[in-house]
Amino acid sequence: MILDARGRRCPLPVLDLARHIYDIEIGATITVEADDPAARPDIAAWCRLRRHDFVGEITAADGTPGFVVRRSH
Amino acid sequence: MATYLDAAAGAPLHPVARTALLAALDDGWADPARLYGAARRARLLLDAARESVAADLGARPDEISFAANATQARHAAVLGALAGNRRSPGLVHSAVEHSAVLHAAARHVEQGGHATAIPVDRFARVDVEAFVATATAPGVAAAALQAANHEVGTTQPVSDVAAALGRVPLVVDATQTVGHADLPAGWSVLAADARTWGGPTLGVLGVRTGTRWRSPYPEDEGESGRIPGTPDLPAIVAAAASLRAVEVTRAADAARHHTLIDRIRAAVATIPDVEVLGDPDDRLPHLVTFSCLYVDGESLLGALDRRGFAVSSGSSCTSSTLEPSHVLVAMGALTSGNLRVSLHHATADADVDGFLAVLPGAVAEIRAALGAAGL
Repeated sequence: MILDARGRRCPLPVLDLARHIYDIEIGATITVEADDPAARPDIAAWCRLRRHDFVGEITAADGTPGFVVRRSH
Repeated sequence: MATYLDAAAGAPLHPVARTALLAALDDGWADPARLYGAARRARLLLDAARESVAADLGARPDEISFAANATQARHAAVLGALAGNRRSPGLVHSAVEHSAVLHAAARHVEQGGHATAIPVDRFARVDVEAFVATATAPGVAAAALQAANHEVGTTQPVSDVAAALGRVPLVVDATQTVGHADLPAGWSVLAADARTWGGPTLGVLGVRTGTRWRSPYPEDEGESGRIPGTPDLPAIVAAAASLRAVEVTRAADAARHHTLIDRIRAAVATIPDVEVLGDPDDRLPHLVTFSCLYVDGESLLGALDRRGFAVSSGSSCTSSTLEPSHVLVAMGALTSGNLRVSLHHATADADVDGFLAVLPGAVAEIRAALGAAGL
């Protein structure tokens, strides 16, 4: 699943992720495409707080960073 | 009037500073470099203030200069240490230095130098061995390590680093430490901020005798050639008086502040999805930072302002660049809903109790507005 959080400012990209993490199966991944500079540290911190896996960062076709999270429970 | 809990940005003027400032405006307006009666009185005031500040910082009077503000002191400290060691192009600094130190480092890089940022742990503390290994490599002109972090309060291992640095001068930004905690041993170049001890806007630059430091400014006789221009004598007199007053009561104030911050850390940790940051024990006595999930810092500052509390935030939405605090990022901490609470000489226990009484409601209000309840 890919979430488009372009133009959405902190803490909205993290809220988008929290709203949709249980829409995917355990072990599946969700990618949050976000251009807010706080998204990188805050998505990683959210994964720590909610005990999901922060898989890493990719780059979308338009250059926007995408943060990949695996649902772990 | 709002309860002011942002002392790290500048404490309210200490009553002693106010009295000294008003007296010096009358008595110390002349240029102390001149050779007439009013100028000689100004020179006596300046000399006495310098001796007083030097004594409180454990320095010699000729090692202490006054700058317009803390930012200028930090710039002069870093760029002067580099200029004094021009044959080596390298600067080594922690990743969590104040932005004024990082901006000086960036200027050094723009002009052809190198700068290396040493990463920090989750408390924002550098590792002594990692810092020293990089700072003692060939080609390093100077190292910069803050006495304690200005956002999260964690103290840095300055004296251990200094002992291992050898000939490399150590620039210590002590702006949140002076007036609140013991200054660590081992600095070669020092920056301090009178606003943090209840003085007016004034920076202090310390350069230890024998340190190779060269003014980064155009030639000028001001402050023994270290800071250009005529010094702000009334501000200097007031800052010296305030530092002396704060030092007299510092042990008791620091113990009281340490306990109040412990109380804040414990109370805030009971709010759901809040991370209290920085070292819980080895830290400045008077400040604490925490981050709240599903909260934006700007709204939280506003909600607290409406409730009568003035605090600060390192969240991206509260900065002019919309970037989150580089300190929080370097620690790997949550940056949303970030608040820094810092106490000063006049902070009462009831001020902290009042803040803790309204904080959970302010956080809950913002989470409800964002539809974050239950996530």
